[in-house]
Amino acid sequence: MSFVSYLLNGISLGSVYAIIALGYTMVYGIAKMLNFAHGDVIMIGSYVVFVAVNRTGLPVPVSILLSAAVCTILGVVIERVAYKPLRHASKLAVLITAIGVSYFLQNVALLIFGADTKAFSSVVSMKPIQLADGQLNISGETIVTVAACIVIMVCLMAFIKYSKAGHAMLAVSEDGGAAQLMGINVNGTIALTFAIGSALAAVAGVLLCSTYPSLTPYTGAMPGIKAFVAAVFGGIGSIPGAFIGGILLGVIEILGKAYISSQLADAIVFSVLIIVLVVKPTGLLGKQIQEKV
Amino acid sequence: MKKLSKTTKSSLVTYGIVAAAYLFCEVLMRTGHMSSLLKGILVPVCIYAILAVSLNLTVGILGELSLGHAGFMCVGAFASAIFSKCMAEAIPVPLVRFILALLIGVACAGLCGVLIGIPVLRLRGDYLAIVTLAFGEIIKNLINAVYLGLDSNGFHISMKDALSLNMEEDGQIIIKGAQGITGTPSDSNFTIGVILVLLTLVIVIHLVHSRTGRAIMSIRDNRIAAESIGINITKYKMLAFSISASLAGAAGVLYAHNLATLTASSKNFGYNMSIMILVFVVLGGIGSIRGSMIAAVVLTLLPELLRFLNEYRMLIYAVVLIVTMILTWSPGAIELRERYSLAKLFHKKEKEVQ
Repeated sequence: MSFVSYLLNGISLGSVYAIIALGYTMVYGIAKMLNFAHGDVIMIGSYVVFVAVNRTGLPVPVSILLSAAVCTILGVVIERVAYKPLRHASKLAVLITAIGVSYFLQNVALLIFGADTKAFSSVVSMKPIQLADGQLNISGETIVTVAACIVIMVCLMAFIKYSKAGHAMLAVSEDGGAAQLMGINVNGTIALTFAIGSALAAVAGVLLCSTYPSLTPYTGAMPGIKAFVAAVFGGIGSIPGAFIGGILLGVIEILGKAYISSQLADAIVFSVLIIVLVVKPTGLLGKQIQEKV
Repeated sequence: MKKLSKTTKSSLVTYGIVAAAYLFCEVLMRTGHMSSLLKGILVPVCIYAILAVSLNLTVGILGELSLGHAGFMCVGAFASAIFSKCMAEAIPVPLVRFILALLIGVACAGLCGVLIGIPVLRLRGDYLAIVTLAFGEIIKNLINAVYLGLDSNGFHISMKDALSLNMEEDGQIIIKGAQGITGTPSDSNFTIGVILVLLTLVIVIHLVHSRTGRAIMSIRDNRIAAESIGINITKYKMLAFSISASLAGAAGVLYAHNLATLTASSKNFGYNMSIMILVFVVLGGIGSIRGSMIAAVVLTLLPELLRFLNEYRMLIYAVVLIVTMILTWSPGAIELRERYSLAKLFHKKEKEVQ
């Protein structure tokens, strides 16, 4: 039974990774850049919920909406100020800027909220479900996280498949220049992608901190990087890939922690990344793109 | 006297700066004008200078972003500290011990560079950055989990705890998991640090100005063009990457022998350290060897001198990274710069006409 409960924990953590990975994979698909600051947007979103619930006593749904709104604005502002001027610059420059933004967010949070760990109270009020005569205990957080992940995934795929803005996203990720010639507002589409990704990051932050209730300015960094690993694992640019990659990575991490070594869990996750990139650099569901001269 | 070429002159200026700075510090120390605080950061300054110059080889000359530079430093530090601790009694002369430890640290870091380079250098850009980051974290994680002991039967290794090493009674624990290595002989000093900085500079500057260096830079500027004129991309990339890794290892050796306790925390060997070195490189000018050395020295000394800024230091670093990149690369800023310099040019021409 303990194996099943580890597995469920893994799927729960994996669902959070999957939601974060969506933000990475969409931005990477469209802007062809690795948004290092994505993990720190998660952290900012969690702090907003923390302040809203614990300090001002706002109801939970309102504070989650508030957090999503703050993160959306933050994401769009970051894109506009830091990334847009570098749209045609070298990849190295964009990457260094993204690292700078990530560092900036961490240190702003450090100055405002301090380095001490905040105890995040869970926003999920659902009672745990007991199965198999109380041997298997499924927490409310697990159920809500997995459900949220599935709902978000389905909505997002429907949005991209059926809405006009979704078609524009597909077109820009395929060929930005050609999309512009067809009359698509490329800058607007990229901004929309950042907005959606950041709003998802806020949701992911709340779910993550509800399951692992400690919040510091560095909370977002590691899950952010691991979610990127998940996105690469599933094939970057692919939405179902982010889902599968996220779940697999979460399960690998929790099982590794339980059966191999809790200290080496991160090392195991990162080794998975290196192995995936060496064996299949495009990930599980990624497309092979030929480079043209 | 034969006239010196421009590059020779430039590198001589770089060596001259180091020598002058060394003499200046020595004079200050001898005459007792240096505070103990400042004395304490002389060796770290050398460490950061070596790290910045070596990272510039990867970022500026090879054109690939490595976020795991602290990982190589970690390998060098621990390999050499294990050696020095085991040999503390067998080799009584500190200098000989240090040189041997240095060779071992550099070799181990270089070997790691080659091992990680084989899979990593097939990737490009963002993937390469994230894998080097992953590598740095793996190294840090592994070292924090490992227990190593030495007794009359040889080495014992365990990933669990000190008890499961099953050592004889005369055994001595060398690495104690997250507590790291304690009691490394402090064999390094400022003079050794400066000599290492000079050695690093000589190696990197010679490499950059050699045929090999030009091949590496051609890969950076246009990989496909370089390949089409017959440059072996993998070979030169690997060469630059492993040299950069081994120099970081040398910095690690210096680090390990400067402190009595060596632990692998996220502060000294983690992602933050890699970013800090990157800030030195970016601020000093990507590709400019002298620049990254000076930036490392200034940015290490500055926070110590301006203590009140300490809280905001990291914030300032972040802003510096973003602003430098935007000013260097954004079309608006480039246009502005060109207009400004053209105006200056015209101004000059007018003067000449008159």
